[in-house]
Amino acid sequence: MVTPAPTTNPSRPKMQGNPYVPMPATVKEVIQETPVIKTIRVVLDDENARTNFHFEPGQVGQVSVFGVGEATFVIASPPTETNYLQFSVMRAGEVTSAIHKLNVGDKVGVRAPLGNFFPYTSWQGKNVFFIGGGIGMAPIRTILLHLLAHKQDYGTISLLYGTRTPNDMSYKYELEDWLNREDLNCNLCIDTAAPNWPHRVGLIPNVLKELAPSPKNTVAVLCGPPIMIRFTIQALQELGFAPEAIVTTLERRMKCGLGICGRCNIGGSYVCVDGPVYTLKQLQSLPNEL
Amino acid sequence: MSAYSYLTAQEIPTLVERLAPHFEQVLVPTEQKGVKESVIFAPWTKGSPISLAKATVPPKAAVFPKCETLFSYKIEKDTQDAPKLTLNPEIYAPKTLIFAARPCDALGLNILDRPFLQSHYVDPYYAAKRDKLCVVTLTCPSGCENCFCHWVGIGPAATQGADIVLTAIKSGYVAQAMTQKGQELLEKCAFKDGTDKVPEVNQARKAAWESLKPAPDLSQIHSTLAQSFADLDFWTQETQACLSCGACTYFCPTCYCFTITDEGDAQSPQGGQRLRSQDNCMAQLYTREASGHNPRPNKALRMRNRVTHKYMTYKETWGAFACSGCGRCIQHCPVGLDIRAILLAAIARTTNTPDMQGGK
Repeated sequence: MVTPAPTTNPSRPKMQGNPYVPMPATVKEVIQETPVIKTIRVVLDDENARTNFHFEPGQVGQVSVFGVGEATFVIASPPTETNYLQFSVMRAGEVTSAIHKLNVGDKVGVRAPLGNFFPYTSWQGKNVFFIGGGIGMAPIRTILLHLLAHKQDYGTISLLYGTRTPNDMSYKYELEDWLNREDLNCNLCIDTAAPNWPHRVGLIPNVLKELAPSPKNTVAVLCGPPIMIRFTIQALQELGFAPEAIVTTLERRMKCGLGICGRCNIGGSYVCVDGPVYTLKQLQSLPNEL
Repeated sequence: MSAYSYLTAQEIPTLVERLAPHFEQVLVPTEQKGVKESVIFAPWTKGSPISLAKATVPPKAAVFPKCETLFSYKIEKDTQDAPKLTLNPEIYAPKTLIFAARPCDALGLNILDRPFLQSHYVDPYYAAKRDKLCVVTLTCPSGCENCFCHWVGIGPAATQGADIVLTAIKSGYVAQAMTQKGQELLEKCAFKDGTDKVPEVNQARKAAWESLKPAPDLSQIHSTLAQSFADLDFWTQETQACLSCGACTYFCPTCYCFTITDEGDAQSPQGGQRLRSQDNCMAQLYTREASGHNPRPNKALRMRNRVTHKYMTYKETWGAFACSGCGRCIQHCPVGLDIRAILLAAIARTTNTPDMQGGK
């Protein structure tokens, strides 16, 4: 195989204009993914804003419900999807509850793109093993679809997606396709056995160890709740993945999204601008504050 | 024209009067009676008394208000058509003079400038206010009870961040222009030339420096704190008395944490505002996520974040401390926590801990 020439990542798209003022947008579609997760698809109202909007997979946006506030979500649609921006939102607090009450036609605000993105050009020629836990599947979906759209540049692309129960699986309408695709090695798992579940059963780190992907020429990309990230990273290290070959995307409480307000930092690294995507190697160089 | 003007003590109000026409707002240290007497930077009008005491609260609100509107929002629903969303940014930036701040207050502004102006984005609300700000500082005659500005690289006669520096001499005050802006203003004020008083100014500055006790060496404090970072027992012990009240952050000239909240129903006739308010990193809810997960759930971790931000991570990013040594966090802490003691304890801890890596 020809080793591709080293490429640098594209430069980071940033928000334009007053970075505190969201772009007005309209809800185009609402999808109830699970009892607690909804996906909203929004369209920016301003035509210029729509035309000039570019982002890279892994970048995040702040979604505003005016009168309630704003919260950070990954842009869960791939950059190739230009008809809408998609955010998958688990109902947890005030803003997410307000997002769950939105209907088609409602007005929201979007501040995006924020943060860095997956260093996918450095993965060219390598196998990529994606691991998504619960709502952590949202960023994984973005980069997974992006890689599948450019699959000729990569080796084997695999996915392990786990949730607590079958009901907690988002993107059910796509899973059948993912399982059948020739170009994707897709594995699903749930925490404990359930009737009529034909896939794997067990916690993600354990199922990962059963699958035992080879670390050779492979990058592991994971996202999920903090506890899942911690134990999955351990499992990956046991399997022999090097810290620079483990990539995760973090979530922290954020307000400004601009690297100022002081909420999301891990030591001196601000998740909103220096993240949310980090390699384990980068995280190891930061104070242990996860 | 010379950079120095001379005025008598009685002419301090005259100086303010002559400066004031060039500004929309003049903030001067003003005595405030209350349960606890304090000195605050209050808007000056002709005849209002001017205190030259060190203010209880630093003047950072001039550029970073306790609360400000980022924009107003309103959604008008229409039965026939799509709803209409209006967003109106509001940047309020009056031309402001801060009068008789102390060197630590002026340095505080420089410390705020970096994250607000030199990071990934320029903060337009801060930038507009900062651009229209002029700062007159007053040289401290000596160190004060809790201050430690000379620990962090300045001193009672430091001039960083000032457009004009006032220094008390025996027969009055000398005003020295430090910037072009300051020079132009002083020229317009038309006081007597103070060049012949320069030796007295230098003497006053020297005397101020000589009043200070020797400072410990903080040149390696960032690595000292990095070495102490994982020692939770250390941080727990140092933080035992803390109430997480946040007085230290609100009185601090360099703390710039903020929150963003919405006030007002978008669909009401008057709409609402998105506000930015000063926040407090010592509060338990500060970092708590909607899921309940909290990366800094206890006060030891929060104090560690506060201390390491000021003396380690801010320094790693910007090459300077995020502390101007004003000592207000010490003076106003209800339980007497002293950030200097934490730094010294970290130094002592590192010096006394045998190197586990096997030799230095």
